[in-house]
Amino acid sequence: MDYLLTEDQIMIRDLARQIAVEKIVPVRAELDEQNKFPTDIMKAMAQADLFGIYIPEEYGGLGKKSFELYIAIEEISKACLGVSTSYAANALGTYPILLHGSDAQKKKYLPNIASGKHLAAFGLTEANAGSDASGVQTTAKLEGNEYVLNGTKQWITNGGEAQIYTVIAITDKSKGARGASCFIVEKGTPGFTFGKKENKMGIRASSTTELIFNNCRIPKENLIAREGMGFIVAMKTLDCSRAGVGAQGVGVAQGAIDECIKFAKGRVQFGQPITSFQAIQHMLADMQTQTEAARALVYSAARMMDSGAKDFSRASAMAKLFATDTGMKVTTDAVQIMGGSGYMKEYPVEKMMRDAKILQIYEGTNQIQRNVIALDMIKEASRQK
Amino acid sequence: MNIIVLVKQVPDTSEVKINRETNTLIRDGVPSIINPFDMFAIEEALRLREQHGGKVTAVTMGPPQAADALKETVAMGVDEVVLLSDRAFAGADTWATSYTLAQGIKKLGAYDLVIAGKQAIDGDTAQVGPETADMLGIPFIAYIKKIEAIAGGKMTVERMMDDGYDVVESSLPALITVVKEINQPRLPSLKGKMKAKNLKVTTLTAKDINADENLLGLKGSPTKVVRIFPPAPRGQREILSGTIEQQVDQVVKKLKEQSLV
Repeated sequence: MDYLLTEDQIMIRDLARQIAVEKIVPVRAELDEQNKFPTDIMKAMAQADLFGIYIPEEYGGLGKKSFELYIAIEEISKACLGVSTSYAANALGTYPILLHGSDAQKKKYLPNIASGKHLAAFGLTEANAGSDASGVQTTAKLEGNEYVLNGTKQWITNGGEAQIYTVIAITDKSKGARGASCFIVEKGTPGFTFGKKENKMGIRASSTTELIFNNCRIPKENLIAREGMGFIVAMKTLDCSRAGVGAQGVGVAQGAIDECIKFAKGRVQFGQPITSFQAIQHMLADMQTQTEAARALVYSAARMMDSGAKDFSRASAMAKLFATDTGMKVTTDAVQIMGGSGYMKEYPVEKMMRDAKILQIYEGTNQIQRNVIALDMIKEASRQK
Repeated sequence: MNIIVLVKQVPDTSEVKINRETNTLIRDGVPSIINPFDMFAIEEALRLREQHGGKVTAVTMGPPQAADALKETVAMGVDEVVLLSDRAFAGADTWATSYTLAQGIKKLGAYDLVIAGKQAIDGDTAQVGPETADMLGIPFIAYIKKIEAIAGGKMTVERMMDDGYDVVESSLPALITVVKEINQPRLPSLKGKMKAKNLKVTTLTAKDINADENLLGLKGSPTKVVRIFPPAPRGQREILSGTIEQQVDQVVKKLKEQSLV
């Protein structure tokens, strides 16, 4: 399929692909096995300017938008979802500043994020606040010129590795969801520590930890937007990042197809390559068709977002839902086609299948995405009545 | 510091064809790349600039399409590029090439260091580095695997040898050729690629570099390729198997059979 990419978009795709092939593929199994954060790869991506794609030029970025970011995410995801999660979660942690930060905050934080010098992370989830984001219990209390944070965030991607954390905490318990606010916390701030690194089923190259706040004092200026805006900031952030998770689904699906067809062409049974069997051919055709449909949906959502549309919750939720369900299905089928070999760690598809599962869970489970989509449909139908 | 990097565009395959009449490579239709050894020279120059400040200029002699190789260096972070291109340069051997490069470098003004790859993968002569240094009248050190220090108009480098390395001190300016052990070349950056995309490559002709026409191209080349041929295949080979002891016994037996011991 030809998506009529611009010259710059092709440049971004090709460079991301080069990094994926030259730097990520040779070490992905080792990173997975050893639960190891890809520090060297992140440095190479920083040097290649991949961290600045979606950040405005005035803050040291390339001034491109979501589409260009997703193209890079897709290419990296073809090689390793663990690396692409570390990369994409950086954008997730940056969006609160990019979308709602003051000019001073943008000037202070975005150039270092764009250059890759500082990694960012987003802290919303807690033990009792996952799909139900209103269950946040971390508090922030204004004392003089400082906010004092207390509480624990859970399963935070890039935890410990990132320098800059955008964190949701409750400033006014009595107001429920409208009592939440978003703050910037820098690594090294007294009272801010990390819990143990989680031992995960997949995306093991990415770092996942708790963020622990114990009377952590941050300057008042680190409040993003106003008090009470926390959930709006979080929801707008997730609207922007969700379709990027879809791009991860497209990438891992395509990566699995590419591995699987290469294997199937060389695998001889009953005296012929298994690609000569219609059972295999139909599976391959379905895998590629579904992946292409997912890609088209992700790209459409990105183009809608980048065109300046105000409300794109439904589009980004659909892109995330369909593309990540596709990622799971296609990687599972790739293992199936490769049979015993597919199940073994000598081949990359078993890792792809383990990695793909998280895409249906994080940044809003696919059940939550269906809620978002359906509620938006119902809202629209009531308006039309 | 001002650093000049010598770059060569080479064919991207070992399966290039040879023109039987001129005994030269047929380059048409073969994808081109920067000579891989030159990538280490570019990387080292960029690292030196990061440490010491200054400017990196990449220079190549070649046909107009060699501008693509120079653009690739810009994508990696090189500041300026110069293409030496003129019909009069065609058919140059290493001597005429070195003369042309030296004339071009003289045109660029003051510099502290010239870096090149140890050799190009097409001709494999490793002569252009030393010859260019000689024509510039500056010190030359080959096979550098590490630059230990640069300060006070001097540099200390490690020269790779078969059985270890030499530590060599030299005054500046100097010309060094580097080996692959020196660094790991970086990938291009997006900002660099965007800069390269819109770049107009400066081209200098024979006249621009005040070159003596008699020393250029085929006319200025003392070496002529008389014949090119594939080397004769090596004789019959045999791979032994078994334990080490068994293999040693077999080797001794075979050597005795052929009266070699």
